[in-house]
Amino acid sequence: MYHKHLLAISTALLATAGMAQAQETVKIGTVAELSGPGAPAGTNWRDGIKIAVEEINAEGGILGKKIELSEYDTQTDPQVSRALVQKAIDAGAYAILGTIYSGSTMVNMLVAQQNSIPQFVGSEAPGIVEKGNPFVFRTSSGAQKGVPALTTYFKDTLKAKKVAVAWVNNEFGKGGRNVFVEEMKKAGIEVVADVPSEQAQTDYAADIAKLKQANPDAVFVYMNQEESARFLIEAKKQSLAMPLVGEVTLTEAKVIELAGGAAEGAIAHVGVTATATDVPGIGAFAKKFETTFKRRPTHDAIKGYVGAWTTKYVTEMVGELDGEAFAEKMHGLCLKAADHPKILLDTCWDDRGEMSRPSFMVQVKNGAPVVIGTVPAN
Amino acid sequence: MSQFLQVLLSGLATGSIYALVAIGFTLVWQAAQTVNFAQGEFVMLPAFFVLIGMSVFGMPLWIALIFGLAISIVVLGVLFKKMIVEPILPHGGITLIIATMALGILLKESVKEFYSAEAQPFPSLFPGDPINVFGAVLSLQDVFNLVISLGIVVLLTLFLNRTRTGRCMQATAQNPAVAEILGVNVKRMILYTFLINAALAALASFLITPVYLAKFSNGETLGLIAFIAAIVGGFNQIRGAIAGGLLIGVLDNLTAAYVTAQYRAALPLVLLIVIILVRPQGILGTSEGRTV
Amino acid sequence: MNAHIRKISILALLALAVLAPLGQGNYIVYVLTSWLIFAIAAMGLNLTLGYAGQISLAQASFMAIGAYTTALLTLSGWHWMLAMPLGLTACFVVGLLLGYPALRVKGHFLAFVTLAFNTLVFLVLRNEDWLTGGSYGLVGMPRPDFGLFKTMKQLHFYYFTLGITVLAALAMWGIVRSPWGRAFKALRENPIRAESLGVDTRRITLLAFAIGSVYGGLAGALITPLVQFIEPGSFGLAHSLRILLMVVVGGAGYFFGPFLGAGVVILLPEILRFTEGYYLIIYSALVIVMLVFVPTGLIGVWGRIRERFWPRQQVRADMSEGARLK
Repeated sequence: MYHKHLLAISTALLATAGMAQAQETVKIGTVAELSGPGAPAGTNWRDGIKIAVEEINAEGGILGKKIELSEYDTQTDPQVSRALVQKAIDAGAYAILGTIYSGSTMVNMLVAQQNSIPQFVGSEAPGIVEKGNPFVFRTSSGAQKGVPALTTYFKDTLKAKKVAVAWVNNEFGKGGRNVFVEEMKKAGIEVVADVPSEQAQTDYAADIAKLKQANPDAVFVYMNQEESARFLIEAKKQSLAMPLVGEVTLTEAKVIELAGGAAEGAIAHVGVTATATDVPGIGAFAKKFETTFKRRPTHDAIKGYVGAWTTKYVTEMVGELDGEAFAEKMHGLCLKAADHPKILLDTCWDDRGEMSRPSFMVQVKNGAPVVIGTVPAN
Repeated sequence: MSQFLQVLLSGLATGSIYALVAIGFTLVWQAAQTVNFAQGEFVMLPAFFVLIGMSVFGMPLWIALIFGLAISIVVLGVLFKKMIVEPILPHGGITLIIATMALGILLKESVKEFYSAEAQPFPSLFPGDPINVFGAVLSLQDVFNLVISLGIVVLLTLFLNRTRTGRCMQATAQNPAVAEILGVNVKRMILYTFLINAALAALASFLITPVYLAKFSNGETLGLIAFIAAIVGGFNQIRGAIAGGLLIGVLDNLTAAYVTAQYRAALPLVLLIVIILVRPQGILGTSEGRTV
Repeated sequence: MNAHIRKISILALLALAVLAPLGQGNYIVYVLTSWLIFAIAAMGLNLTLGYAGQISLAQASFMAIGAYTTALLTLSGWHWMLAMPLGLTACFVVGLLLGYPALRVKGHFLAFVTLAFNTLVFLVLRNEDWLTGGSYGLVGMPRPDFGLFKTMKQLHFYYFTLGITVLAALAMWGIVRSPWGRAFKALRENPIRAESLGVDTRRITLLAFAIGSVYGGLAGALITPLVQFIEPGSFGLAHSLRILLMVVVGGAGYFFGPFLGAGVVILLPEILRFTEGYYLIIYSALVIVMLVFVPTGLIGVWGRIRERFWPRQQVRADMSEGARLK
């Protein structure tokens, strides 16, 4: 009996404390991979958000309230990420930004959903928007949208008849590989070699030798950063001649830095890229990021930045801090960069939280990624 | 055919680096009867010493390499011996093994927090010019890896068998009590073993990092592979470690090319279990006389 | 007298475990639940490491076997109470099969075999996606429902886990106290003498490893309904290492060591939050320092303090140096 009272009192106390705070600030929780294998992606995501929050607070915050940003480190562990989303929500978060690894997002998005808290994620696995979760929103197109955007490139530009796919065997690589194989089937292009590799693999000789033997017209490369770089180094050594085409990662600044000359000529389809500096918002962001953190932003940084700004824009469209109204507003929403400059590019979300926006084809030329074409939103 | 040759030669080149790390394992095993679970991190770290030498102190590459080697010998050789092995060994072998596991985490996390969580490029020591061998392509780097690793092994074997110090080290490894009675400075001999291990790890680091890239988590993979190589080859023999390293390097590639890429990492592990089942002293190892 | 104090303190701790989650947010209850689960896994490993003196680096993979068995069966409609024992049986059998070859030879071969095994299990779970869901894992496992007592609520699930933990601890207490368990102590004290007295050291060590693995499986069977999502990455080698360090930090060979060790490892990130990313550095450095000065773990620290201020008669000769690992 006594405990029941204690429970009731303490809950009441907590609740009032929470409310008193909520009136002064808007709490946003960044739940990201700040340590463990996902650390490079997670820290960029967080730093992109930091810049956005600084800008938003300088402009007076959301609905006149300053953002109070809390960071939670998932250690790249899905179980921890789930607990931390719960923790952020217990602490009164109005929105959750993160996570990036799809395995984590798949689990922790259930918690945000149960609590009706909007969540912006950096994950690209197709499954995330297929679970009927009305509170999850992407900050970049899912693999099932990004990879098909490449199909026309393989078919029309490269005129490929047979292709190969080299992918890293984790939840990220597998998702991309499955969509790619499916797309090629639809486009009537034959996949002549299907080469999985391990994360942190030391020797890519067998992988490249296999690709060489299969002799496809082009190779689709879907790996994380270091793996992409190691792959490119070995490909150059064995002088793999056909075009190497990737999605997002293959032409990232970090990969070019790591692979050196071996990245020359690599092609990738990218959702947002810091190299698209002729887009005014992206150029300004890239510059600010570089002066603040002394390194160049990755697409994860831009994703975080867009996620934070969207939270502000849409909340102010709704006019109050209401997670359910926010989610309702987001579905089918299109934001124009002309009206909402920090969204960077015209962006739409469909009724499942999937997003679409124009994207770019990029190629590494003279050690730098260059935009070689744009792909309309699909 | 050219694919087979390619896979074989590349496997040998990578395997020779595994062998270097595996030799260090076996030496430490012989000297201190312990398994160093931080061995992978011992290979990860020297590359970062070189990067620090170049980026913080502005050294040219070759000076930075010497700097990296020297720091490695001090930190991973002397300090490891004096601050971890010596005080913990009296508490028992398992305690020391667990301490090396904690050390592995410590080194890995320190590099991540104090240097970078992202992979770093590492300058190549040799030109990457490709050499064509019957349709297979090797880089000069690969050839040097093989030559240097095998050269080191020959030198090390000569040192251990032909010099007084080397023979004292072997005596210490075989029976420290008897060696002591015979006037061998056992403590010093054990220290030498740790210095050699550190130097081998540093060398392996300099050879593999240009291709593998410098990253804090490198030790997880490298440590596991070298560990398997050492056990498969024979935990108490230098030539066993060589054989194990080359075998794992080649097998890994052959599996990926011809059997299954999904399970390429499994084959060395299965091999390990089979070896322990049928020949626990390893392919080239000799059965240990010690019973307790 | 001493037995009384012991009983009272155990009851007090139990009462604390019952009261701890009351009035706490879901997150704290979650953390407490995972503390109990990891304590079970560590308790099993303690039998292998602390009592039988063998390193096992596969505790996480036994958790995986328990977790996946329970997950697959509960997903196909079995009740948790029926699915769990099957998972435990699987762990026991695999433990025997794995331990047998490794324990034939002297030395740390069990460590090597379990190291390889842990990675093999990871590969199988990732590659055989027709069964295990591959790298996407399995999601949506139901929590056990006992009619009147449903565990869907976080707090209810905590009490469910606490009940299982107490039962598991009692079983372990029985094992350690049985004549068979006493053979361990003989073994630890002096293996050669134990052998000459007719203790079949190999069989006992093998059984200890297999039973320790069953506790790993039980922890896995509880992880499944707690997280309601499992994937191969959660059962990697790093997690086995983490459980091993729990045992050592708490105090290998002490009955309550695993609880303490698991508590430290699970709660430390919370306590050291102010150090931001450095907590693993601090933790691993502290472990090394501890192993240098007090290799018997945190319980050993307490023992030293007590010896220093309230010296008393030695009760157990084998513990005069704490539980020494060889």
